[in-house]
Amino acid sequence: MPERPQVLEMRHITKRFPGIVANDDVSFDLLEGEVHALLGENGAGKSTLMNILYGLYHADEGEIVIKGTPVRLGSPSASIGAGVGMVHQHFMLIPVMTVAENIVLAEEPTRSGIVFDLREAERRVREISDRFGLAVDPTARIEDITVGQQQRVEILKALYREADILVLDEPTAVLTPQEAQDLFEVIRGLTARGKSVIFITHKLNEVLDIADRITVLRRGKLVETLPAEGATEASLARLMVGREVLLRVEKTSAKPGKPLLQVEGLRVHDDRGLEKVRGISFEVRAGEIVGIAGIDGNGQTEMIDALAGLRSIDSGTVRIDGDDVTRDSVHGHFEGGLGHIPEDRQRRGLVLEYSIAENIALHDYRSEPASRYGWLFPRRLIERARSLIKAFDVRGGSPSTRAGALSGGNQQKVVLAREIERDPKVLIAAQPTRGLDVGAIEFVHRRLIEERDEGRAILLVSLELEEVLSLSDRILVLYEGEIAGEFPPTASEEELGIAMTGAGRGEVAA
Amino acid sequence: MSDAGGMPPTQPFGQPAASPPEEGGESFASRIALAQRAGGAVAPLLTVLLAFVMGGVVVLITTGKNPINTYRAIFDGSGLIWFFQIPWDTGSDAAFNLQQTLILTTTLILVGLAVAFAFRCGLFNIGGQGQYLAGAIIAVWVGSSFESMSPIPHVVLVLLVGTLAGALLAGIAGFLKATVGAHEVITTIMLNWVVIWVGQFLFGLGGPLQNDTQTSVPVSNDVVEGAKLHVFWGDALLQGLHIGFFIAVGSLVVYWALLNRTTLGYGVKAVGFNPEAARYGGISVARNYFLAMAISGAFAGIAGAIDILGWQFRLSTGDIKASAASGIAFTGIAVALLGRNTAVGTFFAALLFGALLTGTSTRNLDPSIFQPELASNLTLLIQGLVILFIGLDFVILWLLARMRGKRVAI
Repeated sequence: MPERPQVLEMRHITKRFPGIVANDDVSFDLLEGEVHALLGENGAGKSTLMNILYGLYHADEGEIVIKGTPVRLGSPSASIGAGVGMVHQHFMLIPVMTVAENIVLAEEPTRSGIVFDLREAERRVREISDRFGLAVDPTARIEDITVGQQQRVEILKALYREADILVLDEPTAVLTPQEAQDLFEVIRGLTARGKSVIFITHKLNEVLDIADRITVLRRGKLVETLPAEGATEASLARLMVGREVLLRVEKTSAKPGKPLLQVEGLRVHDDRGLEKVRGISFEVRAGEIVGIAGIDGNGQTEMIDALAGLRSIDSGTVRIDGDDVTRDSVHGHFEGGLGHIPEDRQRRGLVLEYSIAENIALHDYRSEPASRYGWLFPRRLIERARSLIKAFDVRGGSPSTRAGALSGGNQQKVVLAREIERDPKVLIAAQPTRGLDVGAIEFVHRRLIEERDEGRAILLVSLELEEVLSLSDRILVLYEGEIAGEFPPTASEEELGIAMTGAGRGEVAA
Repeated sequence: MSDAGGMPPTQPFGQPAASPPEEGGESFASRIALAQRAGGAVAPLLTVLLAFVMGGVVVLITTGKNPINTYRAIFDGSGLIWFFQIPWDTGSDAAFNLQQTLILTTTLILVGLAVAFAFRCGLFNIGGQGQYLAGAIIAVWVGSSFESMSPIPHVVLVLLVGTLAGALLAGIAGFLKATVGAHEVITTIMLNWVVIWVGQFLFGLGGPLQNDTQTSVPVSNDVVEGAKLHVFWGDALLQGLHIGFFIAVGSLVVYWALLNRTTLGYGVKAVGFNPEAARYGGISVARNYFLAMAISGAFAGIAGAIDILGWQFRLSTGDIKASAASGIAFTGIAVALLGRNTAVGTFFAALLFGALLTGTSTRNLDPSIFQPELASNLTLLIQGLVILFIGLDFVILWLLARMRGKRVAI
């Protein structure tokens, strides 16, 4: 490979926040036409480093050199001027405006310096999108296009501002596997045209897929910068976490007992009145994990809500250990032996302003020993939380720490502790590892297997195919609110993928 | 500051993605909690200081007089100076002024709690004035009847029915919110007017509760002697400080305990912070909306009853009508906001506004220091500025961060 020129160098960057050093003497460089992945667990300092590059934070120490010139990046506009573009995890687009309008926003082409020239904007957007192979319709409105396309618009926004250095912050977090592959194609196209890309992620397989070089951060410190060639998922995981990590879940084969969760002919509609679950039937037996695979929006959320009593059921029955809970309240479901790890721990699983102790009491604060005659006993909540914090290895907080101050992994451990402590017969785990880092994923997976072996019936709903495959004893594919097939855990991703897109439906029915 | 990952707590002007992902809830209750974590007691103090400085600028521009003297005069007039006049003379002018300040503080604590409690459930009770009047109307009715009742049961009865009247009225708004989702801001304002016009009817000329003897005056009967609250400091005939003050202080304790030591408070706060998580936890959001409003109304209702039994003793249609725009319960909103919905904060905010109202009352005017036209308006001005600045709490927090020498991205 010919020597490529360096486009960016960040030297000895240190950034302190009260009580923590977010970046501790971190150096990072980027070559022209390169994809350099920035890998690390949540809170390792990846975002801080990139926010410094984007001018959102100012480094306490260190310097930044872009194309050989030392620069002072005091604001995002200075960074944009220096050729840095950033695509955030959460898009900064205006839903009611068109693609072209969003892209040119604040740098609109004008006619005679006054009137906004929409034609010209659309022409330029079309020109850039052709040049870099990012197909989007400039006249479409943002709210009408898919998330994957919105991401392209964000990338185009940076390219329109003539960015040479593109920072992509966890870009695949919001994408389907197919969209992620498309994104990788786009990235390859960009680097072939001389752009350089910094790819922030904590997903190991992606890094090996797309990156030329990899820089690993751990607790704010630089661990190593290494070429992607020759690296393996296991070696990277070790660098990230600082110890050996089990990437494959180890489990014995299931010994299923009696059915604990029985669902028959379940029909559920969503808030807009559309039927999202269309007469599904299945059962989960004691000591097995049944995985629900499917693309987002095929009725998973509505099904989970219905099973947990959070959404009314149109028809069908739900039984927990033989008892009909179809019409029971949320509380009735919990009393009946249901544990529920919700899809979105921050929106639903936790009251972020409440302490760990208070969150753990969420389902049973009304009964003894947490309270009597309506009077709470905070000390008892704290005692209980203290032992659970230990048992579930929750780090970064005491019982009175606000749940919102914990990292994602530790928040999930609090949810897990609460749901498992109540000794449920049936445990629904919805997206249990979404947004977690490698170490926390390992913990959650191991714990779910343990609970299975304890004899609980576990219903795992996940959008991560790999997770469903590695944890489940049986796999059901949900497609448009119906079960599109049952598979053993030995099934290949391709087989499941076909069923997930509905293509295999005729076959199953036959 | 103990925020996730040590990140700065806020991104003042909407720059992207720099706040830690853990900050999920965007409810009003969460925002208040965030402001509190970040600023503690310093931010509200700074808010008050800023409001006073700007009020001072207005004094300077409009009257050309030294604002320091104006504030000094207000301080003297509020009676707070009494604490510094050792040995304490309980018969001095300052003592009398302090009694007036504390009478107002009593009311302000309660109407402040009426707003604060609803806030903790994520609701904005803007109908404190209506609930206060409902309590007052019932109190003047029951308090002027049953002349033969012995004093203690009579007082207890009046306070009880006054509390219930406030709770009931606010409960209507809570019920509508819980069942059909009618916004509480709209319904409570509408209910204010319902009460105001009911009052006009009851005490107006020829109305069913109009004074029995003064048939040409649109005013209620007077509260009977036995039902009046005991004055424990100062002269009862000159409007001394009545025991309602202790009821208000006791209500602060009740407020704190309700929120922090009962299952009811747990549910109310959970709904305020994150209704979705509350629902997931099996907590009825609708039930808590109703309860939070009813309890809020109870605080305002007892405030109305205490004012009737403590120093007003009668209600006129003129008073009721005037209160529609500038009733004391509206100041309760500023009290709750400035006190950040905490018991301790509410006490000090109530004392501040009580002192301001007393200190600027025309009775205490020295025209050489400030004009009568300015007097009560200055209180309103400062009240308005406080609300404005608290609405801009992020600006205050940003200023704080700057003062602490930290760089925050703008």
